[in-house]
Amino acid sequence: MAVQFSEEKLNKVKEIIARYPEGKQKSALIPVLHLAQESFGGWLSAETMDYVASLLQLTSIEVYEVATFYSMYNLKPVGKYLFEVCQTGPCMLRGSDDIIAYIREKLNIGVGETTTDGLFTLKTVECLGACGYAPMMQLGKHFREHLTKAKVDEIIAECRREANN
Amino acid sequence: MAEEKKLFKVKIDNITVEVEPGTTILNAARKIGGEVVPPAMCYYSKLQGSGGKCRTCLVKVTKGSEADPRPMPKLVASCRTTVMDGMEVANITSPEVQDARKGIVEFLLLNHPLDCPVCDQAGECDLQDLSYEHGVSATRYEFKRRTFDKIDIGDHIKLHMTRCILCYRCVFTADQLTNKREHGVLNRGEASEIGTYIQQSLDNDFIGNVIDVCPVGALTDRTARFKNRVWFLKPVDAHRNCDKCCGKTVLWMRGDEVFRVTARKDKYGEVEEFICDTCRFDKKSAADWVIEGPRAISRHSVISQGHYVGVHKPHETIAKVMDGRSPKLLMDIHSISEVNQPAVDLSKIDGPAHSNDFPKNNSVQ
Amino acid sequence: MGRKLLLDKAHIEGIRYYDVYRKNGGYAAAEKALKSMSPDLVTEEVKKSGLRGRGGAGFPTGLKWSFLAKPEGVPRYLVCNADESEPGTFKDRYLMEFLPHLLIEGLLISSFALGANRTYIYIRGEYAWIPDILEEAIREAHKNGWLGKNIQGTGFDLEIYVQRGAGAYICGEETALIESLEGKRGNPRIKPPFPAVKGLWQCPTVVNNVETLAAVVPIINIGGDEYVKIGIGKSTGTKLISACGNINKPGVYEIDMTISVEEFIYSDEYCGGIPNGKRLKACIPGGSSVPILPANLLLKTAKGEPRMMTYESLNDGGFATGSMMGSGGFIVFDEDQCVVRHTLSLARFYHHESCGQCSPCREGTGWMERVLKNIENGKGKMSDIDLLWDIQRKIEGNTICPLGDAAAWPVAAAIRHFRDEFEWHVRNPEEALKRNFGLAHYADPLPVVAAAAV
Ligand SMILES: Cc1cc2nc3c(=O)[nH]c(=O)nc-3n(C[C@H](O)[C@H](O)[C@H](O)COP(=O)(O)O)c2cc1C
Ligand code: SF4
Ligand code: SF4
Ligand code: FES
Ligand code: FES
Repeated sequence: MAVQFSEEKLNKVKEIIARYPEGKQKSALIPVLHLAQESFGGWLSAETMDYVASLLQLTSIEVYEVATFYSMYNLKPVGKYLFEVCQTGPCMLRGSDDIIAYIREKLNIGVGETTTDGLFTLKTVECLGACGYAPMMQLGKHFREHLTKAKVDEIIAECRREANN
Repeated sequence: MAEEKKLFKVKIDNITVEVEPGTTILNAARKIGGEVVPPAMCYYSKLQGSGGKCRTCLVKVTKGSEADPRPMPKLVASCRTTVMDGMEVANITSPEVQDARKGIVEFLLLNHPLDCPVCDQAGECDLQDLSYEHGVSATRYEFKRRTFDKIDIGDHIKLHMTRCILCYRCVFTADQLTNKREHGVLNRGEASEIGTYIQQSLDNDFIGNVIDVCPVGALTDRTARFKNRVWFLKPVDAHRNCDKCCGKTVLWMRGDEVFRVTARKDKYGEVEEFICDTCRFDKKSAADWVIEGPRAISRHSVISQGHYVGVHKPHETIAKVMDGRSPKLLMDIHSISEVNQPAVDLSKIDGPAHSNDFPKNNSVQ
Repeated sequence: MGRKLLLDKAHIEGIRYYDVYRKNGGYAAAEKALKSMSPDLVTEEVKKSGLRGRGGAGFPTGLKWSFLAKPEGVPRYLVCNADESEPGTFKDRYLMEFLPHLLIEGLLISSFALGANRTYIYIRGEYAWIPDILEEAIREAHKNGWLGKNIQGTGFDLEIYVQRGAGAYICGEETALIESLEGKRGNPRIKPPFPAVKGLWQCPTVVNNVETLAAVVPIINIGGDEYVKIGIGKSTGTKLISACGNINKPGVYEIDMTISVEEFIYSDEYCGGIPNGKRLKACIPGGSSVPILPANLLLKTAKGEPRMMTYESLNDGGFATGSMMGSGGFIVFDEDQCVVRHTLSLARFYHHESCGQCSPCREGTGWMERVLKNIENGKGKMSDIDLLWDIQRKIEGNTICPLGDAAAWPVAAAIRHFRDEFEWHVRNPEEALKRNFGLAHYADPLPVVAAAAV
């Protein structure tokens, strides 16, 4: 897929740039990288980053520096469904380790790996601000909270159903 | 009537000095000179915004100012803290500072390969100097060191990231001396590294200066004709008419051969004036230069200590961290170095010398 | 029931939307401030209220506002810190999800007081759905004349924008946040200059927490004098506590700062006690960065007095026997929890989140994690415990930003109060892999207390 935003997304980029004073379009970098990641397969390739650099009139290194700093940017391809399970203290108190182990077993992958069908990637992350609703994970835009093994099963089935449609 | 400019009186380790308002503690100490000057691994007076990162220059402010004599609650980075009138600062007279500095040195060395014996920078490395002066007796780090592959960034510069202490000087240099920065700091935390993401050459008229500002041997000159210990080379001041830079350099020579060209450095290891890449990389013949005479090395470093034989007692640190191998660097370099054996005529080797250009000395290793 | 000022209307159906919010007294404070008060008077009112920053440091908000430099012709900015990444903390999320207009109103009043015409909400990237909620509320406020040009005919202009982060705890630190908002890596700046003089795009800037800015609304509504009457001493007003860990009712609670820690944990109004009849072992009362306390020191101070949910009381005893209010992330441990393992998890967190700019934090956080991992995995040595102590000591106070301290404190406090648990791990490596140290004496009455109380 060629790295090129649609007309609609380009308008979104313009709208983002307009949030800042004249000449401060570098501030748009983080939001535009989010947009790029969503638009170009869930990760940021060097090509994508160079494209963003040219859009915002930045040098490529400025984009790489930022993209590699923040943990939400994937610098390698990931599965269609990215399970980001929180493993920090408060979640651990409520059994996040067991949930992580269960997902590994169920999908037969290790942390950081993707299933062979390319559907699922498991990632452990640090506190997502849902400690009271632990254990939890982020799936796409939303949080899945109060996880149990049964709930994990449901989520996996839900993803499989969606992928098959 | 012009008012006389008011100077601030500052006391550092009980020595009083008067400086202009806006001066940093570090620069006030440099005005005094000698032992009271805190070591600075990341600050570089010629690079705007530098400093504050390595924390080796921490000092204790025991009195804030005449107006507000309260001490500062924490140690402060002397390179980024400006003086106040009546301020009192303790550096070498504060055990707390010495202790903290020892900690900082330990942190800086934690992931450092300590490969001084094969490092081009050995002998003019700020980290090496620092670790002799403030090092701890043995490393307490029992884990695998972080390592990176060496990469060539362009025809002229080699990056050996494993040695980098992330002082950011090279980043500021590229920002401030060239019109397009192509390298930077990637990743975060302990995984941070200097890089270009996709291997890219640094190409610019002044980018070579990153070699001179690098306090360790992370950025080195690929065009230096042979690997050679700096202390075998004779530094001479030289100049040429250059349309890009001041043309004032130091040639590192052996006999009539120019091994490498650098800018002239002051006693704090900072260049006096930046030089251009043509002078640095392309003028490797004595005929290109007007030689002024031998350079007076004022640094307290090993360069000024001749052949470095038996000068320092080897620290236990080195033995420990080198997996029990003997601390070659500090011993008689002739008998143990892989790269500096008088038996090998360096000038006969075509291109950069590699360790396999030298017969292995089996008594070592 | 304690007094509620922020969440009193949270239960009202549809309060997320402008019409319902307005009908229930919303934007009355904004109206009062913009139409009948001067910016200085608003700041004065906030000063009077004694409001302290709810982001963690507890710095008096009115005072902070009065430091803002006001050079002619230079724009000033207000930035709302919604990065909320301190483990155990999830209160700002609650406010933004359920009461977005309360935050918008607070931002409007505060921007008016500071003379800021452009205000940013910097929200952590993982709260990916909340910007939609906030932007919807911003649109509604625009439509009803509370944002934009010449607000309610007062001549005051304001635009509010939402900026998402992208996964970095350090961007909660105010100067790292500003860097990130400028589209850079989240490296904290070296201070001075402070943001009040040179902040966003080198202009004077105030950074405040979500809850702090929301609290401005009730302060204007009831007046600073009334607000200051709630709570004890310098802990005025109400505070949101996000409670989690081993409790029956995890969630976000608004407390007026007059209740005891014991009441907070055990009463049905708040946490509802500990599940399964387990006993309390320890607690981190103010987010992961503040010292952990064993049960006996948590419920009573070293002087034997009941510990209260106030800034001062939680801090009673300093680091030796006290802790901090911090961000209000209240993490409870029951008797089955292992302190070593938990400390390891926090060490991993700080290692992961260090920006890497300064050497003690960059190198020290990873070192601590590795040593702790050894201890946890039965490979520890006795000397490792002292080593950990020494590493944290050499990080603390020697770094650019407080993340270094935040990484050091949990380790220090765990060793200070739970050293025997660490030693047990070292001495019984195999057993430690199978079971936990348990409650030991951590919940027993404090023996030294009586003597020390004299
Ligand atoms: C490492 C670190 C993380 C922080 N994270 C947050 C945060 O997530 N939210 C927040 O409001 N303040 C956070 N702070 C505190 C901010 O630096 C700043 O003090 C606060 O936003 C000021 O607002 P307040 O005065 O309203 O509390 C953090 C500080 C540090 C050092
Ligand atoms: S490569 Fe050298 S100059 Fe650049 S950051 Fe590393 S140590 Fe500093
Ligand atoms: S203390 Fe840590 S997070 Fe803060 S500036 Fe230093 S390395 Fe970065
Ligand atoms: S610890 Fe998992 S969400 Fe906070
Ligand atoms: S020289 Fe001052 S912190 Fe590095």
